[in-house]
Amino acid sequence: MATFLGINLFGLSGQLLVGLINGSFYALLSLGLAIIFGLLRIINFAQGALYMLGAFFAWMALQYMGINYWAALILVPLAVGVVGILMERYLLRPIANEDHLYSLLLTFGLALIMQGVFTQMYGSSGMSYAIPDALKGGTRLPFMYLPNYRAWIIVASLAVCFSTWWMIEKTKLGAYLRAGTENPAMMQAFGINVPLIVTLTFGFGVALAGFAGVMAAPVYSVSPEMGSNILIVVFAIVVIGGMGSIGGAILTGLAMGVVEGLTKYFYPEASTTVIFMVMVIVLLVKPAGLFGKEA
Amino acid sequence: MKAMTRTLLSVAMSAALVSTGAQASLSDDKVKIGVLADMGGVYADICGKGCVAAVEMAVEDFGGKVLGKEIEVISADDQNKPDVGSAKVREWVESQQVDVVTGLVSSAVTGAVTKVLTDNKKLALIATSASNAFTTKACSPYNAHWTYNVAALANGTVKPMVQAGKKNWFFITADYAFGHALEGVATKVIESNGGKVVGKVRAPLGTTDFSSYVLQAQSSGADVVALANAGSDFVNALKTSAEFGLTEMVDVAGLLVFTANAKALDPSIAAGMKLTTGFYWDMDDQTREWTKRFRQRHDSIPAMGQAGAYSMTMHYLNAVKATGTDNSETVMKYMKENKPNDFFARNAYLRNDGRMVHDMYLVRIKKASERKSEDDIFAIEETIPGDQAYAPMLSQCDFK
Amino acid sequence: MKINKLYLALFIFALIAPAALYPVFLMKVLCFALFACAFNLLLGFVGLLSFGHAAFLGTGGYVTGYLMMNAGVTPEIGIICGTIAAGILGAFYGKLAVKREGIYFAMVTLALAQLAFFFYLQAPFTGGEDGMQGVPRGHLFGFIDLSDNISMYYFVLAVFIFGFWMIHRTIHSPFGQVLKAIRENEPRAISLGYNVNDYKWVAFIISAALAGLAGSTKTLVFQLASLTDVHWHMSGEVVLMTLLGGMGTIFGPLLGAGAVVTIQNYLSGGELGNYVSIIMGVIFVVCVLAFRNGIVGEINKFVKKNFGH
Repeated sequence: MATFLGINLFGLSGQLLVGLINGSFYALLSLGLAIIFGLLRIINFAQGALYMLGAFFAWMALQYMGINYWAALILVPLAVGVVGILMERYLLRPIANEDHLYSLLLTFGLALIMQGVFTQMYGSSGMSYAIPDALKGGTRLPFMYLPNYRAWIIVASLAVCFSTWWMIEKTKLGAYLRAGTENPAMMQAFGINVPLIVTLTFGFGVALAGFAGVMAAPVYSVSPEMGSNILIVVFAIVVIGGMGSIGGAILTGLAMGVVEGLTKYFYPEASTTVIFMVMVIVLLVKPAGLFGKEA
Repeated sequence: MKAMTRTLLSVAMSAALVSTGAQASLSDDKVKIGVLADMGGVYADICGKGCVAAVEMAVEDFGGKVLGKEIEVISADDQNKPDVGSAKVREWVESQQVDVVTGLVSSAVTGAVTKVLTDNKKLALIATSASNAFTTKACSPYNAHWTYNVAALANGTVKPMVQAGKKNWFFITADYAFGHALEGVATKVIESNGGKVVGKVRAPLGTTDFSSYVLQAQSSGADVVALANAGSDFVNALKTSAEFGLTEMVDVAGLLVFTANAKALDPSIAAGMKLTTGFYWDMDDQTREWTKRFRQRHDSIPAMGQAGAYSMTMHYLNAVKATGTDNSETVMKYMKENKPNDFFARNAYLRNDGRMVHDMYLVRIKKASERKSEDDIFAIEETIPGDQAYAPMLSQCDFK
Repeated sequence: MKINKLYLALFIFALIAPAALYPVFLMKVLCFALFACAFNLLLGFVGLLSFGHAAFLGTGGYVTGYLMMNAGVTPEIGIICGTIAAGILGAFYGKLAVKREGIYFAMVTLALAQLAFFFYLQAPFTGGEDGMQGVPRGHLFGFIDLSDNISMYYFVLAVFIFGFWMIHRTIHSPFGQVLKAIRENEPRAISLGYNVNDYKWVAFIISAALAGLAGSTKTLVFQLASLTDVHWHMSGEVVLMTLLGGMGTIFGPLLGAGAVVTIQNYLSGGELGNYVSIIMGVIFVVCVLAFRNGIVGEINKFVKKNFGH
């Protein structure tokens, strides 16, 4: 076994890779939150529940309609996006001018409802979703056996995160979006339909959670509580990264996954708390977050 | 002001009198059985509504009445939370005249509930908890523990493996009472048979991603990775082990596997695994006959705890009938002095510490090609006599 | 005057209630009512939404439970220590959290509470998932046996009245006036020379300590401290109680706590157990969309509109 300074490199590399896989989910979810926050100034507490919804939709599509994983990867985020659009249009918009705390509470309530409905329908013990045939098996790396599907998670999430970043930072559509964030009234004056952009943005941010849900279905058990646990971690990540930039959300998500992986190797007892500890340190040193702009 | 205070005080005191008086004067005009279990969580399949069905079935088979009094069954969901369960049971015994509580799944909940029941001198008939604490360090004259416990699992499953030369063990343990108890007992069995534990990791109940634990197991150099968890935790841990190729490298031993979990697993992952159980539906005509009737009420094959819940309810009702009272001490005395004997309880007796000792079975999960139906899951390899499976009674728990 | 009569009526009701209702249920309502009142001090009177108050409830409970079981202290000492411990934790968390505002404040408190959750999950003295079981209720001042539900009830009632009085005093003190000024217009409060963050911080500590008091008492009632009390669900529940009852009102949290506990109790027995979360969620949504003042807030508005001047 390869060791360096008494460290089992194989074990460490394995944990880092697993950390990166978890980080991919963190990145997708915090990216969605950041996009929504950018334009609507609200924190979507239901993001975790929508991630759960994505996983369940994938499971239901396979179970009841025979829709396979690859089709689900496209269809489910769309379906979750539609749920998000309805949420924004009929529930969030009426209170858009109230204190943003109310929208936080509203989305929290929605999260409870979604979680409750699925617990009621399927119990909380979790459903299993098979890994698609094309991604079964794995590759024997020098330091570990890497299941193909786990490798796919990293590749696919990075691709989605990067293209989202590119779309927002480098295209004209993204420019509208960023301008809408800065000054909605001005945009309206230029004849751009801001409410529509808001709705679509919300739908897109939520669809990212749905996408993460489909990605998670084959490796985590599909259960009603899968979203709530990850969401609080993602909140901490958002506080660490700050809400200033899209790239920041992605980077912080991945980095925190890796930090967690490192902790799992060196001091496993702290692996559940390390991200919150990092948050405390960031709050002490740079309250606005690593990439945050606002005071 | 003084008069006012006095009035209030007397109101308060009369209130106190009324309510305490009310509790004492209520006579027991029926036998009331409370079934407490996880109804929708990770352990719902191994007891849950099936336990309620089994208890109701026992009551019905008994005739619905005992000593001319109605037998009533009520149930509640403990959500696997000790606080929820103990608050519910406290309410049952303090304000709803429940005589006996059965079901009892999560060892954490059972630990809290048995304390409340013992304080109130009511019986706990434990059907599905695994921890051995209720008849050892937390033993009580009011506890009766049916079906199985961690000692029986370790003696049944772990001992033959260590004796066959699998000396180095790694544990992935559920991080609460049950997992700790199972890990502790299994470790003793491993060490006393010349093996050793090379590492362990504790995963919280309901962990979704076992991959980092599996990687730790992989780099530990163990011959056997023991999964000291249950329910969907076991299923997820085993699936992840298979995904990361662990099952091909070493033996993965499930220490507590219920039929529902074994059924949920792909046979290609689970086949060949040996485990210990207290009951299997397809054992002989007696168990098949009972299962057939059970399935008319509950749509799945019975888990061992569900069969146990029936058996212990029946034994309890017989005791009430024979002694002519629902007094806990008298009934328990009868239950210990008279052997239960039914489709579930084979060569069985209730020991003075509350442990129900009966035949256990070492089974093997069948390959897909061996299975005749989707419920054809286990092949019985060996019958383990109760006295070999369960640990001896502790002298401080010898309640006569 | 009218208010005083209301207080008296409630007090008399509380005194005779155990004759008709199951005392443990009443004690549960009182503990949660105190918890919600403590939370409301922050949300209703300073405008800070803490999503992590479960940490203080749980800390009070665990510390009291530990002392009762291992140090053999009397219940009043156990409760005082639990309260102080929650206050100290509140001092740390508050210092960090008041650096951020609005939804950030909510997220920071939530994350900090999760830190506490994992700490208690892993710390050996809490019993992890098993919880701390079999906490003795003990003898109050060394001679009043609390194992009897009725004596316990009157003790809990006394604790509640003390906590309620503390909150009342805080709100009506000059300190409380500054808090309200901060809620109404923070920049103005700053420009008047108030160190806003320090005021928020002190309010946070008081709120945390009182939440701890509620948790300590609850542990004695149920003779158990468990992870449920530190779980984020609990933080959500207290938000719901306050929102439903009416934030920023004196009696709102009391009523909200009573309503939520009653609903939970009612549902937990039957087939509807799994609906608890759905119903809580629906109440949240309805309150936010149509009912932002809560029950007491709406009643106040109605009274003012029809009878007020």
